[in-house]
Amino acid sequence: MRVSGLQKTLFYTVLILLVILTIGPYYWMLVGATNPTGNMLNTPPSFIPGDYFLENLRSLLSQIDIWRSLFNSAVTAVSFTFISGIICAAAGFAFAKYQFKGRNIIFALFLLSMMVPYQALVVPQFQLFASFNLLNSYTAIILPQIAYPFAIFLMRQNMQSIPTALIEAARIDGSSETGIFFKIVLPTMIPAIAAVSIFLFTHQWNNFLWPLITITTQDMYTLPVALATLAGLETVDYGVLMMGAAISVLPIFIAFLFLQRYFIAGIIGGSVKE
Amino acid sequence: MKNSSYGEVVNESIKKKSGSKRSFDNPRNAPYIFLMPALIFFLLFTGYPIVYSFILSLQQSEGNVTTFAGLDNYIRLFQDPIFYESLSNTLIILVLQVPIMLFFALILAVLMNSTMLKAKGFFRVAYFSPAVASLVSAAVIFLLLLNPDYGLINYLLSFIGIDKIGWLNHPVWAKISIVLVMIWRWTGYNMVILLAGMQNISNDLYEAARIDGAGKVRQFFSITIPQLKPVILFTAIVSTIGTLQLFDEPYNLTGGGPVNATTTITMYLYQNAFEYFDFEYASAIAYVVVVLIALLSFIQFKLAGDDE
Repeated sequence: MRVSGLQKTLFYTVLILLVILTIGPYYWMLVGATNPTGNMLNTPPSFIPGDYFLENLRSLLSQIDIWRSLFNSAVTAVSFTFISGIICAAAGFAFAKYQFKGRNIIFALFLLSMMVPYQALVVPQFQLFASFNLLNSYTAIILPQIAYPFAIFLMRQNMQSIPTALIEAARIDGSSETGIFFKIVLPTMIPAIAAVSIFLFTHQWNNFLWPLITITTQDMYTLPVALATLAGLETVDYGVLMMGAAISVLPIFIAFLFLQRYFIAGIIGGSVKE
Repeated sequence: MKNSSYGEVVNESIKKKSGSKRSFDNPRNAPYIFLMPALIFFLLFTGYPIVYSFILSLQQSEGNVTTFAGLDNYIRLFQDPIFYESLSNTLIILVLQVPIMLFFALILAVLMNSTMLKAKGFFRVAYFSPAVASLVSAAVIFLLLLNPDYGLINYLLSFIGIDKIGWLNHPVWAKISIVLVMIWRWTGYNMVILLAGMQNISNDLYEAARIDGAGKVRQFFSITIPQLKPVILFTAIVSTIGTLQLFDEPYNLTGGGPVNATTTITMYLYQNAFEYFDFEYASAIAYVVVVLIALLSFIQFKLAGDDE
């Protein structure tokens, strides 16, 4: 089919305008983080990144311990990803490659639970952790969503592609079932597990409501909670606020740029053709 | 041994293994072992809370005394004007946001699927990128953009002669602000899911249509949309669930204001549970959300027609 030059120009103009709309707010965050607040509140505001980076960082640090929050977010997101990744991979493997009593019912229960709003679970979970004396701990932040139904679903989808012959061959060679899982399934499934792991990591990194409820002291704040307390102050210093936003967004944004292929595969549980 | 089939060899080896020292680790028990950790955590942190939350919603407590209250919490709920306000706020946002967002996501997916397009990877990443940031940081960035007096959006609007809009402190505009942030954040996400669905549609269908003389538009409505129905249904249900659970954006953008104009059901739930410490009443609100989601999902299934 022939496409006229005008059509093509129009097509790309629309697409690039949309890129500006989606990326624009991030750019504005960087401009805000590197300018004194006054520059942002001028008419016209400053449109280019300034040299106020260190000053904004310094006043951010005087208000909250952002490094500590970064550390808390990193620790909880990494351990959540690791534990949940293994647990969901094992469950996905069981659903994909074994026949057993109750398989369909248990799987349906996992899927149905995705319909239950998280907020409906929050009060009992809060009381549960209170009764274990575990509120305000890393354990409390990590544990509730470890058995993540969507991750189990994606793992199962991917594990269905493991050839049954491979598993049987290992059995004949005398491998135990757990041996098969750790020595054959996990190594061959690395791309799928990586994709789901990136999804799990981002989920936990961005998690807000549960940490907000369970964390009670400032030294345990994760980034979203720290950022929310900053935004809730009487007088909002936008330069400082944008600096905080940048610190919480940039690590995951840069990781996304490098891992986007796996990231998107983790979301849709398959591959998008180029 | 010559006659024994492959399967028998496998069975032999299984018997040998199950009879040996690690009798738990055989193909019959293995799925339960693999499932056990997930199941234990699931029952403890999802199964038990679902049940307990319901029991809680039927109780009342005063001081340390907890009593069975039947449907009292629910009756109180249906006489609570703030509950109705938060319910209608949530539904208004839902009705505005989900169709607009899915419409844009569908258009974007079609554009991304176009043969005319070069640099697919770049555009895909650019459109998807809002979904990477936490909702809190997104809200914080829009706090600056939507500032009525100094925000960039009002500044740009002034060029086309539009007066300052009180984005976050006007009851109607505050809702629209939240819808805008949600559209910004989730359109690319849904675009990727729809795009994946589109790429699973067989090319033969389009070729046959082309031979029959169907134009691009006709192909879109007669092939793409019908073939994509299950994926569209999936995105609609997931988006509906997400919007009914709306919390992060109003909490950080408007704090539920002005005068409750953006208080959503889940924000009201949060306030009751963790500000007034009325866990029983909050649980009743939670169960209303559960019923709403079930109801709306059912309606969407019905509207989508015959699919499973």
